Amino acid sequence: MDVITGNLDVYLQGMRRTAELSLSSFAMALVLGILVAAMRVSPVPPLRWAAATYVELVRNTPLLVLMFLFVFGFPSLGFTYSFYTSAIVVLTAYTGTFVAETVRSGINAVAKGQVEAARSIGLTFPGLLRIVVMPQALRTVVAPLGGIFIALLKNSSLAVVIAVPELTAAADRVGTASARFIPAYLGAAAAYLMLTIPSGVAVGWLERKVAIKR
Amino acid sequence: MTAPFVADVLGPRGRRLTLIASVISGVLIVAALVVAYNRLSARGQLDASRWDPFTQWPVWRFLLLGLVTTVRVAMIAMAGAILVGALMALARLSRTRPLRWAGAAYVEFFRGVPLVLLVFFSYLGLPRYGVEISAFSALTLALIIYNGAVLGEIFRAGILSLDRGQSEAAYSLGMTYWQSMLLVIIPQAARRMVPAIVSQLVTLLKDTSLGAAIGFEELLRRARITGEFFINPLQALVVAAAIYVVVNFTLSRVARRLELRQRRRYQAGKIAVAGIEDLAVLQAQGPAEPVEAPRAVSA
Repeated sequence: MDVITGNLDVYLQGMRRTAELSLSSFAMALVLGILVAAMRVSPVPPLRWAAATYVELVRNTPLLVLMFLFVFGFPSLGFTYSFYTSAIVVLTAYTGTFVAETVRSGINAVAKGQVEAARSIGLTFPGLLRIVVMPQALRTVVAPLGGIFIALLKNSSLAVVIAVPELTAAADRVGTASARFIPAYLGAAAAYLMLTIPSGVAVGWLERKVAIKR
Repeated sequence: MTAPFVADVLGPRGRRLTLIASVISGVLIVAALVVAYNRLSARGQLDASRWDPFTQWPVWRFLLLGLVTTVRVAMIAMAGAILVGALMALARLSRTRPLRWAGAAYVEFFRGVPLVLLVFFSYLGLPRYGVEISAFSALTLALIIYNGAVLGEIFRAGILSLDRGQSEAAYSLGMTYWQSMLLVIIPQAARRMVPAIVSQLVTLLKDTSLGAAIGFEELLRRARITGEFFINPLQALVVAAAIYVVVNFTLSRVARRLELRQRRRYQAGKIAVAGIEDLAVLQAQGPAEPVEAPRAVSA
């Protein structure tokens, strides 16, 4: 126990980093995912193809491969970013595909009459999507999006592989320094649960608040 | 797969706008590809010398053997995880309270913890406690523990998705709890869970790449080695990514197909579960009734 209490600052630092990584990636993934979902349902074929290609390619590649590609592969193209930035970019790109798929299924769940009504009053596709469909679609997928955020919290741990000092790195550091791995890792596990469980509760609250039950 | 929801017949104005948008976006996409191509060739990344290694069989053999290792770990871990998951589901549904608690504690704990943490712990931590463990065993162990928790939740949902009448009918025939479980409930639930298990396999296969982080020579690690040897990290990783995409895309298609068949067969395709992210995606599908899948959230 003293391993954890003695290194509380290391864990708190790690938790902050993990939360930062996840929140900033999620915010961007949300925007990206909504745009990609809009492209996938649009009547414009090139946009649909581009979006589908992106989703299928990135979703089926392991996150770690994407991370390595960005960190070890992209420098040969002249793109070099800090590890922290790289982690955010990769997590955003990866999570964006899942957001896109979720939002798309939310869009598909919107009643057809809504679309027909919107069209009958003369809305074009962008307006119809923005004013009528998207607000309803997003509200139906609050819970799944919350699930994606929690998965992202855990996925952010992969940043440890490219030396970002987040929570898993903290566990590793404490474990190596104290040579007591069980408490060191239990501390990190508890810290992760302290992030994921409240997130779950918050999502549940948000869902009750805004979700449309169908 | 799904037609765009606005697949209404467009009027003349709509068709014209769509055509304009298609031309503009098409031009933009082509322009982006041209820029990317120029960047690649300006940096010499398209030179034949960089790609040459991938025309040689020994290099492919090296990578494909890595893929074999990846698939082997995935298979072993899946078998183990199914076993653990089944035990956990039974524990959570059992009538003995402590057993229920133990099952719930296991599932909630290991599902809420990142897999990397488990991999690092089993590889770096266990040896400190006198457990000699190879990278292979450490990775497989972590995968089993983690996926056991995920599958436990899937199995529980599968069993609960069955109509209550099934177990009631079994009891009324005088079956005991275990008889009804083994003869009536599990055979039906298992069939419903096949697509979910296949999708989880995709997630698991992707997760085996974590082995690269502990120096285990699976596909990703071998791609890194290739890239370092031929000094073409970008090309090697692109090839590895392509292999992963081909394998996973095929598996996802199979899962999807199985699931659609399932939905048709049982009308309400209640149990649609997969990896946590896929789970969330599937959860949002099935507009009429919300999919009764375990929340990806430890609530």
